[in-house]
Amino acid sequence: MSSMHGGAVAIVGAAETERVGTIPDRSVLQLHTESAIRAVADAGLTLDDIDGIANDGMPPHDVSHYLGIRPRWVDGTSVGGGSFMLHVRHAAAAIAAGAADVVLITHGESGRSGVGTKPWSRDPASLGGQFEQPFGALAPYSTFTTPVLAFLESRGMGRRDLAEVVAAQREWSKGNPRAARNTAISADEVLAAREIAYPFTRDMCCVVTDGGGALVLTSAERARDLPSAARTVHLLGSGEAAETPLVSQMDDLTSFGAFRAAGTEALRTAGITHDDVDHLMFYDAFAHLPLYMLEDVGFVGRGESGDFIADGHTRPGGRLPLNTNGGGLSYTHTGKYGMFAIQEAVRQLRGEAFRQAPDVEISFVLGVGMFFGTAGSLVLTNRR
Amino acid sequence: MSSGPVPSPTPETAPFWESTRAHAMRLPFCTACGRAHFYPRSQCPFCHAPDLEWREVSGRATLASYVIDRRPAPVFETESQIVALVDLDEGPRMMTTIVEVEHDPAALHLGMPLTVRYTERGDQVLPLFVPSGVDA
Repeated sequence: MSSMHGGAVAIVGAAETERVGTIPDRSVLQLHTESAIRAVADAGLTLDDIDGIANDGMPPHDVSHYLGIRPRWVDGTSVGGGSFMLHVRHAAAAIAAGAADVVLITHGESGRSGVGTKPWSRDPASLGGQFEQPFGALAPYSTFTTPVLAFLESRGMGRRDLAEVVAAQREWSKGNPRAARNTAISADEVLAAREIAYPFTRDMCCVVTDGGGALVLTSAERARDLPSAARTVHLLGSGEAAETPLVSQMDDLTSFGAFRAAGTEALRTAGITHDDVDHLMFYDAFAHLPLYMLEDVGFVGRGESGDFIADGHTRPGGRLPLNTNGGGLSYTHTGKYGMFAIQEAVRQLRGEAFRQAPDVEISFVLGVGMFFGTAGSLVLTNRR
Repeated sequence: MSSGPVPSPTPETAPFWESTRAHAMRLPFCTACGRAHFYPRSQCPFCHAPDLEWREVSGRATLASYVIDRRPAPVFETESQIVALVDLDEGPRMMTTIVEVEHDPAALHLGMPLTVRYTERGDQVLPLFVPSGVDA
C-alpha cells in the first residue's frame, strides 16, 4: 500500500462518550478512555489490535498506558481544537507507510466541570501574554472575535449574518437530547440576546461542555474484513496549514490563509471539486467561522456567505447541509470541538445521524486551532 | 495606572517595553529591506535578514477592527472595554485597548485615526490608543 489518500485508509470505528454535556463524575482521562473503548468496539476490533495512538490534551502515553496498549506509533500533535483533523491525516500517512496498522485517536475534555485537569493559566512572557492578553484578549470571546468587524465591513455584511448562522444550525440540533442548545431560534432572537462582546451575542458563542470522542483508522484492505465493513468511511483527501499564534498578526483579517491552504490541499488530494461535496462540517467556536470557511475554501464567492446561509441552503432540505449536529454553537464544545465535527461527518456518511441529510456521499470537514492559528481539513466518503 | 495582566519582557522584546516605559515607542526595522515588524523578533520575518535597528515610531494608527467586551475578566476591573486591532502608520498591526471613547459602536468606525496613549500597568507601560484629537 502506498497512498494515504484516495480511499486507501479508512475510519472503521467512531464513537463519542455515552453522555456529553455536564459529566462531573468523569476525569479527563476517563473521557478519553471511555471514548476509545466505545470506538474500538464500534470497529469490531479489540484494544490488542491498536498499535498507533494519537490525541491532543493529554500526553499520548497517558492514554495508551491507561488502556494497556504499547503503541509503536505515537502522535501528540497539539495545535488546538482542530488537532484531530491533523491526527487523521498523520495516521493515514503512517498506515500508508506501514508505520502503524490500526490507529486510535482520542479526545476527552472536562471543559465545563474541570475534573482531572488543571485550570488554564496565563504565561505573561508568552507572545499572547505580552502582546494580546494585557489589552483585553483573555477570553476566547474577546480574542477569536476581534477580526470579525473587518471581515463583515469588507463585504458589506453585518451582525445579522452572524445571527443567521446560529438560526440555521439550530434547525439541525432542534430536538436532539444530546445537544446543549436544542430549541429553534430566529435571527432576531439571536440578536436580542445578551451581548457578550459586540458584535457577538450569547448564542453566537459556543457552548461549554464535558465530553469525548474517538476514532479508529486502518487500511481499507483490512477494513473489508471487519464486522463494521458496511459502515466504513474512507479518507479521500486531506490538508493542514499553520499561520500565526496571535490573532492580531493574521496576514489578512478578512480571510484566513490556513483555511485557503488546507482547503485547497484537501480538495486537490481528493481529486474532487466543490460541486462533488454533499455535506460540510466547519469548526464553529463562534458564528463567524462558517462565514470565513465557506468563502476561504471557495464554496461560495467573496461576500456571498451570509446570503447563502440566510437563504436556507445550509439548513435541513438545503443543497449544502452545514454543521448538521448543530455545531459547537449548539451541539457541544468541550474546548477542542474538532473531534465532534469528524464524528458527525462519519454519522452522516453512515446514515446514522440524529437529523440525517439525504444522499451524503462526500463530506468535507474543516477544523481550526488556537484561534486563527492552524487549520486541518478532511474529505471523507462512504464510496470506495 | 490601569488594571490587568502585566507583560513579562523577553530578551528580544525588552527594547520595545523599555521604549514604552520611556513614552517613545520603538519598533525593530530591518536594515536590509527597510520594513518594520511586530511583535519584535531577532531577525526580519519578511526577508529573514539578521540585522535590525530599533527606531521610534509616530504613535499614530488607524482602527482595523474591534470588539466591545461586555464581560471582561475580573483582572481588568472594568464593566466593558474595547479590544482593538490597529494598523500603525509605519505598517505593523498590533492589538491594543481603545480608551477615552464611548463603549458604543456609534463612536467607533473602522479606519478612524488613533493616537497612542501610554498607560502604566504594574512595572510596565502599555501603548493604549485614543481617537486622534483627544487632548492628552
